[in-house]
Amino acid sequence: MALVLTEEQSMLRDSARGLVADRAPIAHLRKLRDSRDADGVSREIWKEFAAMGFAGILAPEDHGGSGLGHVEAGVVMEEIGRNLTPSPFLSTAILGATALKRAGGVRSGDLLSKLSAGDLLLALALDEKPKHTPKHIETKAARSGNGFTLSGAKTFVVDGHIADLLIVTARTAGGADDKDGVTVLLVDPKAKGVSIERTIMVDAHNAARITFDNVAVDADAVLGEIDAGAPLVEAILDAGRACVASELVGLSEEAFDRTVAYLKERKQFGKVIGEFQGLQHRASHLYCELEVTRAAVLKALQMLDTDADKARPYVAVAKARACGSADLAVREAVQMHGGNGMTDAIDIGLFMKRARVCQELFGDARFHANRIAKIRGY
Amino acid sequence: MTDLETFRRETRAWLEANCPAEMRTPPDDEEDRCWGGRNWKFKNEAQKQWLEVMAARGWTVPDWPKEFGGGGLSKDETKILREEMRAMKCRSPLDSFGIWMLGPALLKYGNEAQKKEHLPKIARGEIRWCQGYSEPGAGSDLASLQTKAEDKGDHYLVNGQKIWTSYANYADWIFCLVRTDPKAKKHEGISFLLFDMATPGVETRPILLISGKSPFCETFFTDVKVPKENLVYTLNKGWDVAKYLLTHERDMIGGMGLGGGRPLGQIAAQSIGVENGTLADPLLRADIAEFDVDAFAFALAMERAGDMMKTKQAHPAYSSFLKYYGTELNKRRHELVMSSLGSDGLEWESERSAEGDAPRAWLRTKANSIEGGTSEVQLNIISKRILELPGA
Repeated sequence: MALVLTEEQSMLRDSARGLVADRAPIAHLRKLRDSRDADGVSREIWKEFAAMGFAGILAPEDHGGSGLGHVEAGVVMEEIGRNLTPSPFLSTAILGATALKRAGGVRSGDLLSKLSAGDLLLALALDEKPKHTPKHIETKAARSGNGFTLSGAKTFVVDGHIADLLIVTARTAGGADDKDGVTVLLVDPKAKGVSIERTIMVDAHNAARITFDNVAVDADAVLGEIDAGAPLVEAILDAGRACVASELVGLSEEAFDRTVAYLKERKQFGKVIGEFQGLQHRASHLYCELEVTRAAVLKALQMLDTDADKARPYVAVAKARACGSADLAVREAVQMHGGNGMTDAIDIGLFMKRARVCQELFGDARFHANRIAKIRGY
Repeated sequence: MTDLETFRRETRAWLEANCPAEMRTPPDDEEDRCWGGRNWKFKNEAQKQWLEVMAARGWTVPDWPKEFGGGGLSKDETKILREEMRAMKCRSPLDSFGIWMLGPALLKYGNEAQKKEHLPKIARGEIRWCQGYSEPGAGSDLASLQTKAEDKGDHYLVNGQKIWTSYANYADWIFCLVRTDPKAKKHEGISFLLFDMATPGVETRPILLISGKSPFCETFFTDVKVPKENLVYTLNKGWDVAKYLLTHERDMIGGMGLGGGRPLGQIAAQSIGVENGTLADPLLRADIAEFDVDAFAFALAMERAGDMMKTKQAHPAYSSFLKYYGTELNKRRHELVMSSLGSDGLEWESERSAEGDAPRAWLRTKANSIEGGTSEVQLNIISKRILELPGA
């Protein structure tokens, strides 16, 4: 498969670009932030996403989805990244749909149909520590009667306070760091014993801390297999990582484009600052870093679609690269904008804030470089 | 099954049957490759056999037209052949500046007689070429070159000096930039000439480098007579040919960033040891992991660049990105090799060190970001042509 977008994918990009830039540009983020919007996303725009087939982008067509792949999902994420759009797309359309699709079963099918229609929001409650450590799960689901009693605490749950259902990783056997003994549960956020604190994040996008205090969960809440949920969690995470990498690509390129434009317009010492070689070389170096990342991210998305069993190292490289080059892109963007870059009035600082969050989400560059080292046996 | 799938299956079977086992290991260094030429001495029978079977099929230059010794393959087929060779770890049967640089330029700018004369000999590895570009006073500012060729009626008379001429002392022919109009602006008075290195008046002198090796020469021309038919393209339009050829050179040098050779993790594990399943030096491990991420991604960027060129989405100056990034990556790799080997890697001459391979290769890589246009020149080109920054 050629490592460029197909014609259909390019057309999808154009329509996603139109929709996101029109309906949810950075002004939209500012409005949600400044009005302290209770949802932190626009449900109206989410309905429009659904009407375009984006909510069900990964869902099969017989459940009302678009039946498309990760490359297409990545294309939409990139536009979301360019516009810093707060959207349920990641939590629901990527993580949620992947979980339901992988788990299978009648209930999952029904939920996928609702999700595709834009009538169901999901959130993944996975992390328990401030740094992404997916193998460490202390949250316990003890068997009780027909189902489980769930206790524990989750953090950095994206869209946790608006989800209709929570996808929770819990331990049904073994110790906190064992690979076996993990079970994935669908939990009603309104159930007794669930408490949700919305946390206002640096980037003004959604996140929550969630605690479970002896929450009663039915047996039919299990997604996939009891005690053997680890591969399902990995599949959800790899889809999420590749798509967050796409968001970072979009975000980095927009920050870069704005910075290059600024270099051509801002005058000091009687010339535009883009004439200074000290800045030219840094901008050109950054261009190269972004090109390398773009190739790695597209390849990871393609691998998830065509050869998912072998996708792991590609996804790790894509996320590691996307974190690294986005980090450079936003730091250079703020620095090259000078004092203006420090103000809230212009948008460039918002890119830095979002990049920071996307780096921490599902593993930063070090986390994924460490995975590569492990895969290669050193 | 599509035609391409059939081609892939047949190619795999043919390579399996025809590539000798000795040619399925990476070459130790530049000298372990097959460079061909009038005076070439094959390292072993396998190297000779591999060149012969590949050349007979036109696969030393798979995408060149068959009439010039190529394989006549499409871009997709060429990509498949390369993928299958990589998967089987087949060496390149023939490495040459004729293939990488002169050939593409002749295909675009040469006349029929020049193509018929020179391309098949390049494809079969019969003539080894060198590149007469840089001069003592014309490095990054290549267009200020002074070697002159005077029109003497039936021939040109060439006088001057080149430097950094790779393997000039082994080369049979040279493609050479000369000044044919000293009064014109510097880019507009240059021509592109081909001539035999055995012509009277050509002298080469190898330059001893920090690596202790001499891959480059100083090359002197004193009243060298070059037949008129050896002018490529139009008189005084040699800069067009030179620039086109440079983009191919940059792709080639940039490709070095793909690494090859043993994985760094293995080199370091053998040298430093492993504790609890990870490299005993955690900070070096982190540096190597970061390198592996970048090298893995850069290989994909090369793949994407190829696909972009096929679909005409690549910026004409895109090779400057590949050259810059690939060479900086290769330098980083060799720094990490040296850090992994510790004092073992410092042995220049000793029983264990295989003639100081590691330190010599490390020092050799320092030229990567200088030859073919320095990293700084590549960044200038990206600033000017891709980012369109003012005054670049």
